[in-house]
Amino acid sequence: MTTLEHTVKSYDEELKKLQQDIASMGSLAESELQNAMQALIRRNADLGSQVVLDDARVDELEQLAGAQVVRLLALRQPMASDLREIVAALKISSDLERIGDYAANIGKRVVALSQVPPFRLPSTLPRMGWLAQQNIRSVLAAYAMRDADKAVTAWQADEELDETYSSLFRELLTHMMEDPRNIGPCTHLLFIAKNIERIGDHATNIAETVYFMVIGEPLRSARPKGDSTSYMTVPPQ
Amino acid sequence: MSTAMPESAPTVTITTPGARKPVPGHQEAMAEKVSIRNLNFFYDTHKALKDINLPLYDKKVTAFIGPSGCGKSTLLRVLNRIYDLYPKQRATGEVLLDGQNILSPKQDLNLLRARIGMVFQKPTPFPMSIYDNIAFGIRLYEKLGNAEMDARVEAALRRAALWTEVKDKLKQSGLSLSGGQQQRLCIARGVAVKPSVLLLDEPCSALDPISTSKVEELIDELKTDYCIVIVTHNMQQAARTADFTAFMYLGELVEYGETEQIFTKPAQEQTQQYITGRFG
Repeated sequence: MTTLEHTVKSYDEELKKLQQDIASMGSLAESELQNAMQALIRRNADLGSQVVLDDARVDELEQLAGAQVVRLLALRQPMASDLREIVAALKISSDLERIGDYAANIGKRVVALSQVPPFRLPSTLPRMGWLAQQNIRSVLAAYAMRDADKAVTAWQADEELDETYSSLFRELLTHMMEDPRNIGPCTHLLFIAKNIERIGDHATNIAETVYFMVIGEPLRSARPKGDSTSYMTVPPQ
Repeated sequence: MSTAMPESAPTVTITTPGARKPVPGHQEAMAEKVSIRNLNFFYDTHKALKDINLPLYDKKVTAFIGPSGCGKSTLLRVLNRIYDLYPKQRATGEVLLDGQNILSPKQDLNLLRARIGMVFQKPTPFPMSIYDNIAFGIRLYEKLGNAEMDARVEAALRRAALWTEVKDKLKQSGLSLSGGQQQRLCIARGVAVKPSVLLLDEPCSALDPISTSKVEELIDELKTDYCIVIVTHNMQQAARTADFTAFMYLGELVEYGETEQIFTKPAQEQTQQYITGRFG
C-alpha cells in the first residue's frame, strides 16, 4: 500500500483518526474478552457485570466509526487503497462490535454461574479464551501494520480454536450425560464456548478484511475448519 | 509531507481485455476500432507523447486521465489530426482506424474529421441557428433535400437528448441555449455526420452538475453506436462513464485497464498516487 501522504492534509488526519478508533475498539474488545474469562475463572460476578457495562463503549465506537466512514465516502470520494481502507474499517468495526457482544454475553453467564454451587471448570475453556484473545491481538497487529502475511497466519490459527471447541463440546456432553444436575451449568459453559468460537470466527473475518485491504483481492483459498460440533449427536441410552 | 513524483514513468501496465475476468455486461466480443501503435508526438523539438500503444474499442468508452500537461489532450488531438492546423507539430508511429493509418500523408483530413468527431471543453456552437448548427456539417459531406435534412437534424438532436428542449425554437441562435444545452448541441453536431469515433475533451468542465449528468447519460446512450474517448480531470466522471481508463504521466502511458480495476486496484504505484490525491 502506498505510504505517501495526501495533498490534502485533513484527509490524512481523518483517515488516521478512523484507524485509531478501530485500534481503540480492538483493544477494548480484546480486554472485554480477557475480563470475561477472568471473571469466569475466578467466579467473579462483579467483573462479569463490569464486562457487560464496558461493552457500551465498544458499541459507541462502532457508531462513531460508521459515521466517520459515511462522512469520508461522501466528502472525499475515496479511490483505490483509500477506498479499501475505509470499507475495511467499516467491516472491522462491525466484527469488533460483535466480539464485544459475545464477551458481554460471557459476562452475563458468569453472573448466572456464580449463583450455582462451585464446579470444576474444564481446562480447555480458559485455553479457548486465550487462543481467541491471541487471534484478536494478531489480526489487530496485522491491521495496524498493513501486513497481509500476518493476517493469513492469524486466519489459519482459528483452526486450533475450532478443534478445542469440538473437544470441549464432547467433554461437556459427557458431563451432562453423567449427571443431570450438571445440565444447567454445562449449558452455560457450552454457550460460553460457542461465544468464544464465534469470536474466533470474527477474528478470521477481520484477517480476511485486512488481506483485502492490503492486497486488493479477496483471500480465496478455503480456511481450514476444526469445528465439527454441528454434526455431533448423543446416541440414545 | 507531500512527495514529488519521480521524473519518469515506469513501464506501462496494460491489462488486456483478454486477461479480464468475465463481468456481466462485458461478455460480448469487443472490436478494436482504433489501434494506437508506437505513437510519438512532437511540439517542435519537445516530445509530448512517448511511444504510446493503446487500443480503443468500438461501442466502449475509454477515459484518458492524468495531471495537466501529461499529454492526454495531445493524444486526443492526434486522433483526428487537429494538430495538422499548426506548424512544427508532428506525429510518428501509427494510428489505425479500422486498420487504416490515419497518420498517413494521403489521409483526407475532411473525411477523417467526419469519421472522428470532437467536442471541446468549452461549448463552441456556431453563431447561427440551432438547425443550421447541425445542418452545417451535413452539407459539407452530403447533398440532401429539405425533408431529408429536417429528418437528419431531428435525428441528431434526438440522439443528443436535446430535441424536446429545442424543437420549438430551431431557428433561434445556438448561442441562446444554456451552457449544458450548447454542449449537447455540439455533441449533436458531431453525431449528425455519422462518425465512428467521438472524442470528448473535458466536455463537462464548464457545466453545472445537472448538465453534467445529462451529458454523462448521453455518453452512456451514445456508446451503443460509437467508440467514445473522453479526457477528464474529474476522476469520478471517468469512473462513472468509462469502460476502460488510461492513466498518462509526462507524455507516457503509465497504465491502461478496465475502469473498475484502475479505480479499485491499480497496478502501478503512480496511478495509485494520482487517483488517491497523493500526487505532486
